[in-house]
Amino acid sequence: MEIVPWLAYSWAFLLALAVFIYVVLDGFDLGLGILYPFFPDRRDRDLLMNTVAPVWDGNETWLVLGGGGLFAAFPMAYGIVMPALYAPIIAMLLALVFRGVAFEYRWRTERWLKYWDWAFIGGSVVAAFSQGIALGALVQGIEVADRAYAGGWWDWLSPFSLLCGVAVIVGYALLGATWLIMKTDGPVQDRARKLAWIFGIATVLCIGAVSLITPFLDSVYYYRWFEMPGLLISAPVPMAVAIILFLLFRSLRVHHHEYRPFILSLILFALCFVGLGISIFPDLIPPDVTILDAATPYNSQIFMFVGAVVLLPLILGYTAYAYWVFRGKTDPDEGYH
Amino acid sequence: MLVGLFEGLDAVLLARIQFAFTVSFHFIFPAFTIGLASYLAVLNGLYLRTHDSKYLNLFKFWVKIFAITFAMGVVSGITMSYQFGTNWSVFSDKAGPVIGPLMAYEVLTAFFLEAGFLGIMLFGRSRVGPGLHMFACIMVAFGTALSATWILSVNSWMHTPTGYAIAENGQFVPVDWLEIMFNPSFPYRLAHTLTAAYLTTAFIVGGVGAWHLLRDHDHDRIHQGTRTMFSMAMWMAAIVAPLQIVLGDLHGLNTLEHQPQKVMAMEGHYESHPDGAPLYLFGIPNEEKQRLDYAIGIPKASSLILKHDLNAPLDGLDTIPVADRPPVAILFWSFRIMVGIGFLMLFVGLWSLWARYRRTLYTNRWLHRAALIMGPSGLVAVLAGWITTEVGRQPYTVWGLLRTSESASPLDAPAVGTSLLAFIIVYFFVFGAGVFYILRLMRAGPHVYEGGLAELADGPIRTAGITPAQQSQAKDKKEEG
Repeated sequence: MEIVPWLAYSWAFLLALAVFIYVVLDGFDLGLGILYPFFPDRRDRDLLMNTVAPVWDGNETWLVLGGGGLFAAFPMAYGIVMPALYAPIIAMLLALVFRGVAFEYRWRTERWLKYWDWAFIGGSVVAAFSQGIALGALVQGIEVADRAYAGGWWDWLSPFSLLCGVAVIVGYALLGATWLIMKTDGPVQDRARKLAWIFGIATVLCIGAVSLITPFLDSVYYYRWFEMPGLLISAPVPMAVAIILFLLFRSLRVHHHEYRPFILSLILFALCFVGLGISIFPDLIPPDVTILDAATPYNSQIFMFVGAVVLLPLILGYTAYAYWVFRGKTDPDEGYH
Repeated sequence: MLVGLFEGLDAVLLARIQFAFTVSFHFIFPAFTIGLASYLAVLNGLYLRTHDSKYLNLFKFWVKIFAITFAMGVVSGITMSYQFGTNWSVFSDKAGPVIGPLMAYEVLTAFFLEAGFLGIMLFGRSRVGPGLHMFACIMVAFGTALSATWILSVNSWMHTPTGYAIAENGQFVPVDWLEIMFNPSFPYRLAHTLTAAYLTTAFIVGGVGAWHLLRDHDHDRIHQGTRTMFSMAMWMAAIVAPLQIVLGDLHGLNTLEHQPQKVMAMEGHYESHPDGAPLYLFGIPNEEKQRLDYAIGIPKASSLILKHDLNAPLDGLDTIPVADRPPVAILFWSFRIMVGIGFLMLFVGLWSLWARYRRTLYTNRWLHRAALIMGPSGLVAVLAGWITTEVGRQPYTVWGLLRTSESASPLDAPAVGTSLLAFIIVYFFVFGAGVFYILRLMRAGPHVYEGGLAELADGPIRTAGITPAQQSQAKDKKEEG
């Protein structure tokens, strides 16, 4: 049973793509939950909810593809990562339960409305925090012995992973705020603009802190970032981040820029993702498991790869169509409720 | 302190309880939504064809219930997809090369389809034309059934594995994908489960219809949709219940061929019957003495059903090593609950045909009472059936090849126990609330829409000569302007 490198790397790329799409799509709708406390008014909250109600389910499906893809193409890695990140993943799943049902339940009750709103807020914050912690724990390294996780069930907890958790909350809030600038107008949009400023600055601080610490977590990371030839690939990333941040803050000042802040935030996330990739590649689970170590045989990977290459464009197509159908400013009264 | 609670407990047992709990809870929702999605597509189609507003009202009534159920199914399903890795990592590593791709295909072909078109189905009626809205309804229904197809292929492979080889590192690796997907028990399991989902929905819809028929003594006030949904549900029951019994029988024969000890346990055959086995109607399985106490049976009937021959010999569990036997009591009872409900469903279906013939379908209060009581029966039967098949696979995760005790993650009992407790509390609270909201919607029943302009915008406006498509274009222009 042979392992074919180009296929394994292609799978790693597809998985990274799925996770990235998840992060930006569910990122902005989790962001709305994080921003909810800043919109105490009932009507505003209905509006926030309605900007994502038709699409949130599709957004979250990318998380299932991320997990399912890892299971399918790199089952050994799946079997290592999940027990290693047991607590944050269970916390994320339970948080997503609360958050997901809030979309429906809050229309079904007057008396309990505020509790389901809190479930939405709490679920969104905890899910974002857990995802950040999981990411941080992965970057700082996972102990592996004999194809299985070899650490304890609290190994994921460290100042660095907590920092990453906060960074993801802040970043998602920025995505949510710029999404709202695009989908609303009037006072809600004005407030979203202010929030985008606040969370934009917080995002800069978090990116800075995480970027400064990461190269010193492991000498391998340091070499990938600061030695030739890695430097050639890595050096443009922080420069691009600086340019995008400049454009983002400028567009937040200009009132007729309604789409630009969101798109620039997406690019910012993409750059952070590239940075993460530079740190980790060619590992799948730092420091010991590479993409090739964890790859499943050719037969398994090719069977699904063909399907993915055909189906992903189709999925992206009808997902884009669904977004297109619900384009423009959102009407708070729309729906089947 | 909480952690101390689980000290010394068996982590594998806790993981099994957690899986059984989360998957049982999850299974309830798709079992209902698979049928309901199709029902909604049919209602929408009937409305488009006849322009009879009762179908639209029924659609609007059931789509709210669908949306809540679907949301619960999604969030509990995401948990399932990660559970393989968190609690069964050794199984994931070993079986991943075979079942991982099938599950990834489920995501790519079914989950995205459902999720992508659900938004248009729920919110898009006034934004896209009626044709596209109908298409979205069909895609959602198709997606739910397709999802069941993939996951049952995976599940069937775990029962009847074929088309694989075992690599040096202990992984199952695929050799022939067609053999893997269309493994011997897959067609039976798929047909039996999909039919069960349709029956489950039929009895829930019928139960709601019956309740409203019973409640409103003054029949003039009954919403015309109430009668329609009761009638449609009873047609479904009358046609599908007998079909399901036939499918169940075929599935049982298939199980006898590939997993004989499961059938032995279901039937309570601890001992072999060299000249014709009785069909035990009642008995209390005694695991300690390996016999059925207080057994009441019909002589030779089990041989007749399973081998179509009164005197055919039938092996019992005494031919199977003790370590490889599934637990008998659970199987014995869950199987009887499932079959019992199946025959009750058949009875209600036939009764409705008789009432229809006598023109008393909407007035026979005893029929309505029976249909009301049978409302949730499909969910019970589906769970009992699932327990029968899954517990019957024990002590293996992959039949005959990988034991459950060797499949679990290297986790300590406190970790699994704490998460199990969290799941139980959250699920009962969150899904309990959901069921409460659904029951409240069901109690309210379909509205007679007053037909204000806002409502008319959803339907074709013939008087104004504007099609909904033009209308939504006009709306878009307004928004862009």
